[in-house]
Amino acid sequence: MKPFSYERVASPAQAAAAVAARPGAKFIAGGTNLLDLMKLQIETPVHLVDVNGIGLDTIEPTPQGGLRIGALVRNSDLAAHPRVRRDYGVLTRALVAGASGQLRNMATTGGNLLQRTRCPYFYDTHMPCNKRQPGSGCSAIGGFSRQHAVIGGSADCIATHPSDMAVALRVLDATVETVRPDGVARVIPIADFHRLPGSTPHIETALQPGELITSVSLPAPVGGTHVYRKVRDRASYAFALVSVAAIVQRDGSGRVALGGVAHKPWRVEAAEAGMRQGARAVADRLLDGARPTHENAFKLPLAERTLAAALSQARS
Amino acid sequence: MDHNAPFPLSRRDLLIASASSAAASAVPASAATPAAAGRDEVLPVQAPVSLNVNGAARQLTVDTRTTLLDALREHLRLTGTKKGCDHGQCGACTVLVDGRRVVSCLSLAVMHQGANVTTIEGLGTPAAPHPLQAAFVRHDGYQCGYCTPGQICSAVGALDELRRGAPSHASADIVAQPMLSAEELRERMSGNLCRCGAYSNIVDAITEVAEA
Repeated sequence: MKPFSYERVASPAQAAAAVAARPGAKFIAGGTNLLDLMKLQIETPVHLVDVNGIGLDTIEPTPQGGLRIGALVRNSDLAAHPRVRRDYGVLTRALVAGASGQLRNMATTGGNLLQRTRCPYFYDTHMPCNKRQPGSGCSAIGGFSRQHAVIGGSADCIATHPSDMAVALRVLDATVETVRPDGVARVIPIADFHRLPGSTPHIETALQPGELITSVSLPAPVGGTHVYRKVRDRASYAFALVSVAAIVQRDGSGRVALGGVAHKPWRVEAAEAGMRQGARAVADRLLDGARPTHENAFKLPLAERTLAAALSQARS
Repeated sequence: MDHNAPFPLSRRDLLIASASSAAASAVPASAATPAAAGRDEVLPVQAPVSLNVNGAARQLTVDTRTTLLDALREHLRLTGTKKGCDHGQCGACTVLVDGRRVVSCLSLAVMHQGANVTTIEGLGTPAAPHPLQAAFVRHDGYQCGYCTPGQICSAVGALDELRRGAPSHASADIVAQPMLSAEELRERMSGNLCRCGAYSNIVDAITEVAEA
């Protein structure tokens, strides 16, 4: 790990200002992803601003009937919250499908959204990676790409976003609230929060330098049956090959998003018109334009079958 | 490293000391690695931190890079907590911070100012073991024993989460109070790897304590 200076701050505005004031500074909350990357010198911040003392650790009802989740709420506390379990079951299901009990006690809502890909070439500092070192090339294209994106990738990057939580937030139409170093707050729809890689895969979110996530808000509950179905290489504690977040209404209509297939949670609202016709109709439109590698082409039928299983589970 | 603790110099310490002096003579301190190119040069920074460890107040001054795990092992000489992967993947370093299980390798010591930390040494003693320590012995919940402190600290946290009604991936109904079952325990303990494969005895040991 490279040396760094460290400070604790007492408010969100102070945190944003502290990071903006020092080039190469970063926020640290749970630390579960950042410290892992710092040990490998993939992340080399010169200064860490510890945001664990700034509050933002509660879940409050909103005037619109939804929930406002503080950015510092831990994944385990969010999953166990009575209203989340009752009204936003897909979110609880997604959270408990991710990581381990210990990591969920540490990882925060804001940090979960900002976690970096687990592409093995991003982690291997001896290999080219456009995300780690812009312009160096993509080792996954033509390399071992079994885990990688099948849709939305580019000639520069085919990494996936590893979060389960973000897939559920996408299907719930969540919004991400932030504060910038100048003190201005803004609201970013979850659909616009994560970016596709394009020619700048190192820029992963809509956040500007020094901008801090303060909360994530859920709209009023939409009812329906909530399902999160995750397929992975072992029964627990592994990243998704494919995951499906679905909310299915009694009349068969609903919403669906996929994890493990793209650089961001993958949802195509137009595809949901096919919900009553079944998984094939939805998957055809949802994955239209997919460009898998020869190693991960299995993800296309896997996604359709996982979706079929999720819909069947919702209707049983 | 704090050298005031009474700890005999081991062969390993000697190797570490000679390796670091060899490195110091071979590489000037200012040499920058490619990964650090363009980065402001920052020298190691020391910072104070106060922890309450197993009921005792401890004041430390540590390099900011020191993980909670290394603070416990290398500064406080509490070597019951083990370093396995050092990347949060194996669970050997699990301790309880303010009563919650965490992996101490993915947390900085300086982030825990004022926190209550419980390690395997604080759960029980050979004369008066914690019920889970006794149950692991009774059920042979280990072979080599390296993962055991992490397994036991994790089980303490997991049983508390179960009692508080926290749902898991194995819970059929996420709104109801979760049931105690082998499937629930296996899922809740999935962050602790045992390469000897003592899992079935570990589940038996935890089940016995949970049912007591």
